[in-house]
Amino acid sequence: MKAVEVRELVKDYGNFRAINGISFEVKEGEVFGLIGPNGAGKTTALRTIATLLQITSGSITVFGYELPKEAGEVRKIISYLPEEAGAYKNLTGKDYLNFIAKFFGDGEKFQNIVQKGLEIANLGERINDKVDTYSKGMTRRLLVGRALMVNPKLAILDEPTTGLDVINAQEVRRIINSAVEAGVAVLLSSHNMLEVEFLCHRIALINDGRIIASGTAEELKKEYDARNIEEAFVKAIK
Amino acid sequence: MIGNIIKKEFKELFLISTLLPIVVIAIVFGSVGNVIGNVGETLKEKPVIGIVDMDDGNFSDIAMSVLTQNAKVVYNGSDAEGGLEEVRKENGVALLVIPENFSQNIYANHPGEIEIYWIMKGAGMMDSISSSVGEGLIQSVNQEISKNLIQQDSPLDPALVLNPTKRIDTTFFKGKEIEGLSPSQLSNMLNSQSIVIPIVIMMLIIMAGSSVISSMGLEKENKTLETLLTLPVRRSHIVIGKMVGSALVGMIMAAIYMLGFSRYMSSFQSSDINLANFGLSLGMPDYLLVGISLFVALLAGLSLCIVLGTFAKNYRSGQTLIFPITALAMISMFTIMFKDFDTIPLALRILLFAIPFSHPMMAMRALMLDNYWLVIGGIAYTAVFTVIMIWIAVRIFNSDRLLTGSVRRRVALGKLAWGFRR
Repeated sequence: MKAVEVRELVKDYGNFRAINGISFEVKEGEVFGLIGPNGAGKTTALRTIATLLQITSGSITVFGYELPKEAGEVRKIISYLPEEAGAYKNLTGKDYLNFIAKFFGDGEKFQNIVQKGLEIANLGERINDKVDTYSKGMTRRLLVGRALMVNPKLAILDEPTTGLDVINAQEVRRIINSAVEAGVAVLLSSHNMLEVEFLCHRIALINDGRIIASGTAEELKKEYDARNIEEAFVKAIK
Repeated sequence: MIGNIIKKEFKELFLISTLLPIVVIAIVFGSVGNVIGNVGETLKEKPVIGIVDMDDGNFSDIAMSVLTQNAKVVYNGSDAEGGLEEVRKENGVALLVIPENFSQNIYANHPGEIEIYWIMKGAGMMDSISSSVGEGLIQSVNQEISKNLIQQDSPLDPALVLNPTKRIDTTFFKGKEIEGLSPSQLSNMLNSQSIVIPIVIMMLIIMAGSSVISSMGLEKENKTLETLLTLPVRRSHIVIGKMVGSALVGMIMAAIYMLGFSRYMSSFQSSDINLANFGLSLGMPDYLLVGISLFVALLAGLSLCIVLGTFAKNYRSGQTLIFPITALAMISMFTIMFKDFDTIPLALRILLFAIPFSHPMMAMRALMLDNYWLVIGGIAYTAVFTVIMIWIAVRIFNSDRLLTGSVRRRVALGKLAWGFRR
């Protein structure tokens, strides 16, 4: 079964067309990357798939559930990590994980979810401190833990390493890879083309609300006779 | 250079969101000023009264002379019931009955009784002004008779000379005949609740409303809203959860505030009059109705706040958005403090009824006077208002507005209904 199937998706904000008829698929257990410049439509596409925005036209199915009709079902199997997400500052890291876990299970299932969140976030004793006292890297690790602890079938990650230092960014990438090995399908967006090349099985280049090319990193490099994805992207938008 | 900085500061600070609260507060104070402005006119007007003089003595002549000079007498006859009817028709304040032997009693060293049948229209602070003028008139009668006794070098008891008359008050108020209380005494008793209850409710609405709007602002400021909206929980549960959580916080905050405030108020109030003796008490069903009225008003306020909260961009803008709620609560509070629902102009009555917070503020007084329809109608209206507001809030939670600040136009009504079920 396809994890995500997007067909001719259009999203308008008033008179502005943010997404202009994009189509792509994400397979189970695959990391699919949307890459493009600011304002290209990456976040809008991810928010629409994450049930946050209404569809202007086109269709989206997530593991066979159709949006927006079955949004409630979709929310049970996805996990969305927004680009600049935060956590409730007056809660401790552990309380935050508890709060989220309660939406996904009770009893032993709840305990297992929280335990997994604690392991992924790997914040040691600091997990018992208020989120307000965390550094940006710690908050992001907590949020990645939150996103992946619930065993989603699809993780939607918007710029998962933006603003993080090299060490924290590498840690987050490692966590994502572990999740994929466990069978999670990942749809992510990034400005960082090298990161995408490292993480993603397949990539779609998006510009001005349209997908201008897609394929594996090797296929794209070959198609545009480029040394890396960054160069392929520049050639593709010309 | 400095001009450039001033221009930038002005542009940044002179926003509709900054201006609106000030405009609303100015309107509220202006309206209160208009109402208070009428007090002077009421005080200048001669009170409209009726007189039944059944005594032909010297002192009743003095009384008649004072009354006819200082009041507009619309009835002067011998039929008390007819006189009362005439006073009522002329929108008067009281019928004064000077009984037989009035003068004789005073000469016999007994106070001369004057029976006063008051027609009370409202129990607000300002509703009792005209009857206070009437009470002043009786005081003048007392003084003139006293003066006369002194001039005659009367051998009567000095205490009686200084206070030769005695009032026997009966007040007709909203179908009730209350013996032994003047309108000002009754008004004072009812006003002790009219002040405290509206302030309690206003504080509760503001505290709880502020919590829910701030919560929405914080969700956006802390970037937690998107996560919350992608969790497997119904939008209606998010809305209701926020409302109930904020109501609890608001209630705790209001309770703490009111502990201090009630202590402060009790230092000014002392009365040995028990309203229950005059048939003005509340039973258990009445208290239940007051509780229901307060509960639905709180929900109405919070549902309105959550709709307003969706416009909050951050915590700061959320704090600004509480001002419309504060203004509405203040309009209700001041109006109910100063005037009775039945004595305000129709337009203001409609406005007061439309503001959901008004109903619990009015409920106790209305129930004491057996005006059940006002209370039950208010509860029904407030409940409908709440359902509509929650529906709107859920619609907004289902739309793009929360994240993008705009609502996509929808054509199909079916889509609206569908959204609520999600």
